[in-house]
Amino acid sequence: MTLQSLTKDWEPMAYGFLDGSAKREIRRKMLKAISVPGCQMPYASREVPMARGWGTGGLQVSCTLVTPRTRIKVIDQGADDSVNAASIRKFLASVSGAPVTTDTLQADLIQSRHRIPEERLREDQVLVLQVPNPEPLRSVQPNMSIARQMHADADYGRMWLQLYEQIVRSGRVMQGASYPSLVNGRHVMTPSPIPRWDVPKLHMARHLTLLSAGREKRLHAVPPFTRVEPLVFDDVPYRVEDHAGLTCHRSGARGFFMNEIPQADGTSLHEVSDSDLGVKTIRAAEGEDTRIGATWYVDGEMS
Amino acid sequence: MTAVMDAPRLVTARPLLTAQGLSLNYGDVPALRDVSATVYPGEVLGIVGESGSGKSTFLRCLNLEETPDRGSYTLDLPDVQGNLFDLDRFARRMLCATRIGIVYQNPHLGLLMRHSSSGNVAERLLIAGERRFGVLRHKARGALDASEFPLARMDAPPEELSGGMQQRVQLAKAIALEPALLLLDEPTTGLDVSVQALVLDTLKRLQQDRRITMVIVSHDLGVIRTLADRVMVMRRGEVVEAGLADQVFQDPQHAYTQQLVHAKL
Repeated sequence: MTLQSLTKDWEPMAYGFLDGSAKREIRRKMLKAISVPGCQMPYASREVPMARGWGTGGLQVSCTLVTPRTRIKVIDQGADDSVNAASIRKFLASVSGAPVTTDTLQADLIQSRHRIPEERLREDQVLVLQVPNPEPLRSVQPNMSIARQMHADADYGRMWLQLYEQIVRSGRVMQGASYPSLVNGRHVMTPSPIPRWDVPKLHMARHLTLLSAGREKRLHAVPPFTRVEPLVFDDVPYRVEDHAGLTCHRSGARGFFMNEIPQADGTSLHEVSDSDLGVKTIRAAEGEDTRIGATWYVDGEMS
Repeated sequence: MTAVMDAPRLVTARPLLTAQGLSLNYGDVPALRDVSATVYPGEVLGIVGESGSGKSTFLRCLNLEETPDRGSYTLDLPDVQGNLFDLDRFARRMLCATRIGIVYQNPHLGLLMRHSSSGNVAERLLIAGERRFGVLRHKARGALDASEFPLARMDAPPEELSGGMQQRVQLAKAIALEPALLLLDEPTTGLDVSVQALVLDTLKRLQQDRRITMVIVSHDLGVIRTLADRVMVMRRGEVVEAGLADQVFQDPQHAYTQQLVHAKL
């Protein structure tokens, strides 16, 4: 037996860009993260050909999960066609040979920045969210060592203090994105900068969500069918953005999360933020054979 | 005819706080040497001594912020048992949040300077598990009112307030959960004399209205004389004299206490 016979031939690059040991480490950390929902697991966070802060955490998780048969979708703020989304999609396809799609229903692996698709995800789909700052306690406790102790003690009182301050100053909770949420009744996590609109989608969801921060070198997870409860006061209910009554000016879709497009005359138009849903709605209206899946929100109400 | 008299309270009552034989060294420097103290319910114990005498260290031990090398500390409360220094971090935090209030000399230690004053008070209630905004607001207002804080400014951050007001916010925070024990570490040092008198007034009124058990540390004999029932004089980590406040100030026995009382006069 020779060493040659035990090892693979030299290749210019490992499959899925990351080398085997890096992927193995991330896989182990993902398993840990899934076992303790919402708890942040540190990982090595290797270099990828992209600047830190542009989704390197999500990219490493995607590179680890991808196989030649995984169908990949990449979203940036709801859009499939932004430069960032297109570049990551192209990169993932070129290092893995995996097919790509923009259709939420056909995707196996969805890497996303700041949005969860409007169509319901299934058991066989994995959502990877890019996280800039995984520590929900950072704004109330700048010392990370103490923050870790606070997680261990489930000492989350100060998170409500933050909400208290917002209500006192502005009359309502102003936290627009990264709304702190209690996972499985134990760990408070930041669900990455998704809008308040998207947080209820994580509650008892059928799909696995992996949240990974490349710069901060931490990942956490929301396994399928796990409770995700946004932190609220007992007498001040959780409110999503008032987008239920808005209509998309391009597709006519109603009751979804919208992007506001300011107009020269001071008014503004709205466009559905999930671009794939918008495209499919337009195609359906034009009589094309398009399938739109069940959505989390129906007529602007979470169902 | 002989009147039947009740035994004096100090004879029948059990002490709320018992600290025995606390010793603590910072490296080679002894900060506390075998310090013991008892405080009865509703009583105010004053601790005087010069800078570096160990009085603040003793108070930090009582607030469970520091663990002495030797010694035991018990509180006579329904659900609190054993030596409190044996408690783990979690139990200590809950005990401190719900049963012990503290006012520091430096408000930066006790307050979140950029949050609102009412929020600082509400934080205590949040740690104890209160999750209703209306109740938080109401109780914060009540506690601030009790410490004679002007309610018009209850949502101003402490960094915008004067020193006296900051101490009142600390006080409101300390009494928000009606603690069994209130610790005061030089609460009026650094305030000008007239504000000092007002804060002392508030403390005295609170003590009379609520019968809170207090331990107050100060190097200012005037403050101790105003508030304390009993006095402990500390020097170089040791208790050199202890007794009723009037007795110690009128008839000091230890040479150091004599010096201290003289220096004041």
